[in-house]
Amino acid sequence: MATAAPTVRAARGAQVGSLRRRLDRFADRALYGVCLLGALIAGATIILVGYQVIHGASPAISKFGFGFVYETVWQPNFGEFGAGTLLFGTAVTSAFALLLGAPIAIAIGLFLTLLAPRGVRGVVGPLVELLAAIPSVILGFWGLLVLAPFVQAHVEPFLHDTLGFLPIFGPPETTGLSIFTASLVLTIMVIPIIASISRDLFQSVPPELQDGASALGATRWEVVRGIVLPTTSNGVVAACILGLGRALGEAIAVSQVIGAGSSIQASLFKSGDTLASRIALQFPGALTELHKASLYYCALILLVISLVANLVASWIGRRFSYSGAVNW
Amino acid sequence: MSDQLIPDPSAPLTPSGNLRRRQLVSRAAELTATAAAIAAIAVLAIVIWTVASRGVKTIDLDFVFTGYPTGVGPMLLGTIVISVVATLIAMPIGVLIALFLTEYAGAKGVRTMKLILDLLNGLPSIVLGVFVFALLVNHKHQSAFAGSVALAIIELPLIARGSQEVLLLVPKGLREASDALGVARWRSVLTVILPTALGGIVTATVLAVARAAGETAPLILASSVFDPKKFSVNPFEALPNVPVWIYKLSEEGNPEGFNEAWGMSLLLVSFILFASLGARALLARSKRKLSS
Repeated sequence: MATAAPTVRAARGAQVGSLRRRLDRFADRALYGVCLLGALIAGATIILVGYQVIHGASPAISKFGFGFVYETVWQPNFGEFGAGTLLFGTAVTSAFALLLGAPIAIAIGLFLTLLAPRGVRGVVGPLVELLAAIPSVILGFWGLLVLAPFVQAHVEPFLHDTLGFLPIFGPPETTGLSIFTASLVLTIMVIPIIASISRDLFQSVPPELQDGASALGATRWEVVRGIVLPTTSNGVVAACILGLGRALGEAIAVSQVIGAGSSIQASLFKSGDTLASRIALQFPGALTELHKASLYYCALILLVISLVANLVASWIGRRFSYSGAVNW
Repeated sequence: MSDQLIPDPSAPLTPSGNLRRRQLVSRAAELTATAAAIAAIAVLAIVIWTVASRGVKTIDLDFVFTGYPTGVGPMLLGTIVISVVATLIAMPIGVLIALFLTEYAGAKGVRTMKLILDLLNGLPSIVLGVFVFALLVNHKHQSAFAGSVALAIIELPLIARGSQEVLLLVPKGLREASDALGVARWRSVLTVILPTALGGIVTATVLAVARAAGETAPLILASSVFDPKKFSVNPFEALPNVPVWIYKLSEEGNPEGFNEAWGMSLLLVSFILFASLGARALLARSKRKLSS
């Protein structure tokens, strides 16, 4: 008895211990499994999105082939579809937004890293990022009721009078709903993205380099021009591509202010349409299966453009950027 | 010879010539950068001021709690339901991905996963709308659930990224102490690492919700044909929701509808601003606490 008790207890202890070890081993594997599953779900989502969009577009792909991308007819009643006009509208609005937004955003990034005192930086930085938090439908609604009338009454006549010799600044239209207004709204959306990424990039520039330049007598602008921008230029380009991706894919705000035109015109003050905005406007009331399939085809073009843009941005970011990574 | 070394005491102390030009250029660049920042803040102020001044006239208790045509209660309720369901889907998966990134993945896994999250984050929301339409709505009927799935995909990379940042800040000492006591990996993850990071994970989630709550494009395809009078929380039918209703009213061009849309915009914007500013402040605090 006296000798049996400890051995029983030890055996039971060993049993409990091994049970616990088994549980631990099982639970460790299970936790790893669910974490891996979560990661796989994310990857599978992208593949599934691609599959569903291609599947939906397949009738239009087999009917129109690749010609869909550059054909400019869009007549739902006659079953004729081509995305040329939409691609044109998408390219013009996004390019214009980037042309206007990128310099402003980079300037804001420089202001936040080099000029602003700590207190100002802590207030202005988050405020600029808040600009990205305003829902696109509200920005579009504001664009429709406030920005478009202002643009029509003041900006368009002014640009036409001063720069009217350029065909892009044609005579003002009656509503202010135009490619130009859409570009302005997109500019507002692009700025916070590029500004916050470029701020992070500029902060990563080694202070020794900047101090060295200053010690050699460089002015602040020469430090920026000679040190800050060259060390981060690839990252800034990646940031601009990300901003471009955002502008290309914006549907709601654009559809509210672009005026849903369907022709290619030189003047920015005419109405137009983009891929994303056409989907938002026509998908819910698509007339035929072919009409719907053509809208899927537009979504497919958008999907490809956005994937390529993000891949290029991350490639540039990883390959060249000083800090080694571009945050979104 | 020696008097050349003595500077002319009557020379002006202000720079001249080339140096003066360089300093002017620098000054101009500084002013431009400051002006750009002021312009961005001004746009934000103008948008928020317009929404606030036009929206505040419409908002009263009836507006918030009754249905169409006197109020927008069903839309508010629907938006809450859609956001909650989306978060219930996205948060567990997002946290699991963050755990995968911080606890299990090797360098290659981390790179691949980050790329996948970047790509997800870059998908245009209208494409996600088309996707959930094809997957869940086509040949069936619209449902708030389909909208929630799209919003969940929007939230997922934000939650995963935010949680990962917080998990990385959990002090190494805690992990090592746990390992030294012979605690199994899963126990230290569930009882030490996650609880330490919980505050940060929740605030990252709130930021993601604030980003997704105003998304309109997917909901136009997933949950846009609804009865604006009916209060409902059933996610398997099309629910009235704020973004789509604002969009519809803005397309209709009726002045009374515009007032209603401004009122809803104010409610939505104030939720988003308070949620993101509050979450940001909390996140900064919990990051400071973790890293000190």
